[in-house]
Amino acid sequence: MKQVKPNDVMLQTFARMLIFIILAFSIYLLLAGHNSPGGGFIGGLMTASAILILYLAFDMKTIRKSIPIDFVKIIGIGLLFASLTGVVSMLFGFPYLTQFFDYFHIPLLGEVELTTALPFDLGVYFVVVGSALTIILTIAEDDN
Amino acid sequence: MNNIIAMPMMIPILVGILLIFFRHHIKLQRWSSLAAMIANIGITAYILHQIQQNGILRLDFGGWEPPFGILFVADSFSALLVLTTSIVAAICLVYAFSSTEKSYEQMFFYPFINFLVAGVNGSFLTGDLFNLYVCFEIMLLASYVLIAFGGRKGQLRESIKYVIINVVSSWFFLIAIAYTYGALGTLNFAHLSVRIAEQGQSPMLTVVSIVFLTVFALKAGLLLYFWLPGSYSVPPTAIAALFGALLTKVGIYAMFRVFTLLFYHEPHITHTIIGILAGLTLIIGSIGAVAYKDVRLIASYNVVIAVGFILVGLAVATPTAMEGSIFYLIHDMIVKALLFLLAGTMIAVTGETRIDYMSGLIRNYPLLGWIFFIVILALAGIPPLSGFIGKVLVGQGAVEAGAYILLALAFISSIFVLYSLMRVFLTSFWGETIISKEDKIPMKNGWIIPCIILAAGSFILGIGVEPLTVYVKDAAEVLANPQIYIDAVLYDN
Repeated sequence: MKQVKPNDVMLQTFARMLIFIILAFSIYLLLAGHNSPGGGFIGGLMTASAILILYLAFDMKTIRKSIPIDFVKIIGIGLLFASLTGVVSMLFGFPYLTQFFDYFHIPLLGEVELTTALPFDLGVYFVVVGSALTIILTIAEDDN
Repeated sequence: MNNIIAMPMMIPILVGILLIFFRHHIKLQRWSSLAAMIANIGITAYILHQIQQNGILRLDFGGWEPPFGILFVADSFSALLVLTTSIVAAICLVYAFSSTEKSYEQMFFYPFINFLVAGVNGSFLTGDLFNLYVCFEIMLLASYVLIAFGGRKGQLRESIKYVIINVVSSWFFLIAIAYTYGALGTLNFAHLSVRIAEQGQSPMLTVVSIVFLTVFALKAGLLLYFWLPGSYSVPPTAIAALFGALLTKVGIYAMFRVFTLLFYHEPHITHTIIGILAGLTLIIGSIGAVAYKDVRLIASYNVVIAVGFILVGLAVATPTAMEGSIFYLIHDMIVKALLFLLAGTMIAVTGETRIDYMSGLIRNYPLLGWIFFIVILALAGIPPLSGFIGKVLVGQGAVEAGAYILLALAFISSIFVLYSLMRVFLTSFWGETIISKEDKIPMKNGWIIPCIILAAGSFILGIGVEPLTVYVKDAAEVLANPQIYIDAVLYDN
């Protein structure tokens, strides 16, 4: 029987459109965490799954070239974000992991409450993205 | 507000994170890890000094006051253990410099050691039950990686057992925490203690306390030690020494905290069970220590015996016995690290693990041989060395409380320790030399210097009992009077 080269036009086209929606939703979840369900963990998982869709629809080499990131380093960056927000409060003479917040006026968004819980959550987000993708990609490349 | 208490956990974590970015810079990895441990020694010594002057220190994370926030509490007991941990970790790191393969060092070896130490220190310092669970997990996850480092067949087999047993026991831990929270509505140690004292320790709480006992017995190797000899004999030497010195001690510490601070109202149930378990552990550990000819297994069974011995002190629960247990705990961390390092060095120079395949090592390696002899004396409890005072005080406490069976078991086990290690000494160090001059593997400085430092530490601990007694007495007093701890956490603002 002749080997038929599979043609994933449908999958690849849909993947291109879908991942924008998923990425946007994951960022929304990350930022909404303070006042409604969401946060770094679920946002990170969803970002990881968006990138995973790319890996499923295309081959490993292409995506590795278009997203040239070492995800182990992403874990390190996330851990640094989370732990440094704790240490910074120490430098100013407050107890470890104290949270600071203030209200800022940002054009288009209006009055916004910005807190140091955000960099902490961003750290969680990076760690989740990094570790989920490291686990999946390490297993995927296991056979060679 | 004492931010310095968070340092012993914070510094290793920060160094570990930063080293993720420099995985190929081995020199930087080595020296910054060592610097972190040495900084910890200094900081903890300062904390210990502060506790003597100002009483128990506490740090409310984020400024949330107890019982609402998470907090770190440093009393003399935890500070002493953190100090010993830092010293042992620094010395094991020095040993790792010359014994670990380069390919391991590039695979995040030092970050994981840093995370392990951070987890251990966090477990000693935390004042919150769930935070204790989290710190246990930090420590255990790092140890899962370290035990499988290198991926040899034996390591993979033993690490599967180790991971399964610890996942199951962590699950029990979580269930016990859930029941505690359901019954009492708080997870802060001091607040839990107050609530239990108010309501009385109902049968339900006693059952929960026994679930906790099961969990910590699994972690510490109290009777439920079946995973221990296998998993402590497979990893590389420096890691085995860290495991033997630190991991079971965290379980012992948790047991002391929980059964002196929270569940101390029904001692005739809980403490009797601990006593029975400790007695059985001593018997079975002694049998194991004399039964095997693999030097790593002999060392592992000696860990089991020591766990039984320390918990005799908790089972008896007089202030003297507690003091003895604390002394013995500190001594055991140092000497078990030394024992594992020596066993690893013997295996490294001979290439054999069985003691009857080694012979006459004293001719080739006299210093190694005599340090091994010192360890035997220290573990058996011969006066100028560190094991003596702990054994005497635990014995005295047992006599005061009339626990003669435990007393007999504890001291007979010392003879078994002496016999099992003397046998190693006689068969592998004395006798006909089997290594010829040409085949002799030169003793590296990096192997012998950590052993010398630890042996000197055992001497110093044995001779310097008097200055140390101040701290140990303070630690035992807090354990004997939970009210001191509660006042420091809840009512001191």
